[in-house]
Amino acid sequence: MTTAPAKAGWRFRQPSVIPGFGLTLGFSLAYLTLIILIPLSGLVWRSASLGWTDFWAIATDRRTVKALEISFGTAFIAAAVNVVFGTIVAWVLVRYRFPGRRVIDAMVDLPFALPTAVAGIALTTLYSPKGWMGSLLAPLGIKVAYTPLGIVIALIFIGLPFVVRTVQPIIEEIDKEVEEAAATLGANRFQTIFRVLFPGLAPAVITGFALAFARGVGEYGSVIFIAGNLPYISEIAPLLIVIRLEEYDYAAATAIATIMLALSFLMLLIINLIQSRTRKRYG
Amino acid sequence: MEVRVSNVRKEFDRFPALRDVSLDIKSGELIALLGPSGSGKTTLLRLIAGLERPTRGTIFFGDEDASNRTIQERNVGFVFQHYALFRHMTVADNIGFGLKVRPSAKRPTRAEIRRRASELLDLVQLSGLEKRYPAQLSGGQRQRVALARAMAIEPRVLLLDEPFGALDAQVRRELRRWLREIHDATGHTTIFVTHDQEEALELADRVVVMSQGRIEQIGTADEVYDTPNSPFVYGFIGESSSLPVKVEDGQVWIADRPIGLAAPELTDGEATLYFRPHDIELLDECNGCIAGTVAASRRVAGTRRVELEIGGGRERVEIELPVGHPAAQKSRVAFRPKRWKVFPKVVE
Repeated sequence: MTTAPAKAGWRFRQPSVIPGFGLTLGFSLAYLTLIILIPLSGLVWRSASLGWTDFWAIATDRRTVKALEISFGTAFIAAAVNVVFGTIVAWVLVRYRFPGRRVIDAMVDLPFALPTAVAGIALTTLYSPKGWMGSLLAPLGIKVAYTPLGIVIALIFIGLPFVVRTVQPIIEEIDKEVEEAAATLGANRFQTIFRVLFPGLAPAVITGFALAFARGVGEYGSVIFIAGNLPYISEIAPLLIVIRLEEYDYAAATAIATIMLALSFLMLLIINLIQSRTRKRYG
Repeated sequence: MEVRVSNVRKEFDRFPALRDVSLDIKSGELIALLGPSGSGKTTLLRLIAGLERPTRGTIFFGDEDASNRTIQERNVGFVFQHYALFRHMTVADNIGFGLKVRPSAKRPTRAEIRRRASELLDLVQLSGLEKRYPAQLSGGQRQRVALARAMAIEPRVLLLDEPFGALDAQVRRELRRWLREIHDATGHTTIFVTHDQEEALELADRVVVMSQGRIEQIGTADEVYDTPNSPFVYGFIGESSSLPVKVEDGQVWIADRPIGLAAPELTDGEATLYFRPHDIELLDECNGCIAGTVAASRRVAGTRRVELEIGGGRERVEIELPVGHPAAQKSRVAFRPKRWKVFPKVVE
């Protein structure tokens, strides 16, 4: 018996002999459209009803600009801090065996689970001038609560698990032989860590940074309690959106949201490009 | 650089991986540590490198006691089975790494490091690949880079842990010849670990055969192949056949017949006869021989392997015959090993 020749066009549509490409791609597109694309385009559509001059007026309004600056600035700083300390936490959790390691490992995920408002209230209580930490810092002239510094602290709390959980598996995968190779070549411990191990973690660290940053930009619950929400000083963009909504100024709310959306998308896109370049090289 | 391993013992959680091993390596020698997995060969190599500390014993580099030196101070070149290249660095940066991490007083200039790297790349025949990343190289190329990286620090000893283990047969043979050439050109004292006897015999000046944490035999390829000093070495290196025999009156006996082999130096008792399947002479008539019935015959490359049943089928032994030899078809074959050795049965 002869087998029928393969149908023309088959190879074009099917990148793998294992079936499911059409189904999964179709599902993904439909799902992303329903969950992400339609709501977001609704947002853009709504803000477009404003007209160009009104949109520009809202976008360049000093209060909007300040709020955006604070949102993106604090998120950036918090993510940068998390990259350093999150990597250290991940390193300690992977490399050392000590009593309570599993408990600490589990605790890392708490910021994921905790209602963000609870975190915000807890942090505010601690860092307010009369709180535990705040009363210690006040004599040094450092004010945390009701300042941008407070926002940064809240965002560090929220963003930590993102860095730890993306970097941790990569540290686990580090080949012992690579460290041994560095040692036989004469590198001391410090050189091994900073020249060999950490550069190898770069792609994971960038991912962790991107996630923590994105989360920080959109964070609302924990920040509004500790920030004090003074316009031009510690008012974040998501809060400004809520304020506009409460004023029934939907157009302004969606306009700010659209700007945030565009900025976030741009930054994540850039991070992803950096990422794919490093991955391509030594992934 | 001479390397002397003196009465070294290494335990992992009380389990001895090496028991009292001593080994002298001459300067410029190419030495193979050969043994099955778990024989302690990699442990010995890592002890010499300083990647492990001996439980007891001393390791000398020349006249200097290296045991208390750190890995960094020992200045050894180590090549790992899975290359262990730094994947975020280019080939040139990988090779230059050992020079770049030197304290500033001893560090060559950037230009000098770059020059050395490209010189070593020429040596390992990878010129022009300076800017590549390890992920863009084949396995064989990566191992060459790893070797160049190890040689860049001008090591006192070059240590290779199953350097060709992860490569396919063709590349392995190529790299083997190439490693010998590099060794002859540079003259580094080199120790490599392998479980591939062909590789060890072909490449090394001397082969160290190890088993269960002990050194069984040290010798040239000829010595360990032609005069194995233990049943283990006989069985491990090359093909071998064995038969249970008895020693009595300075003669070797199978069942109640002498087989025409004299063993005057052996004490009487149960023993095992070892010989190579190809190292035999066929006999037409049997006055003192090993005789058996052909049980199976199969073609192996240029020869024919014949399996004989000896003593009514209780024992089977393999011999090698020329393909066209009529004996292969005969039901009964008589032979006598030309080169052989009898080891007394170990009483346990």
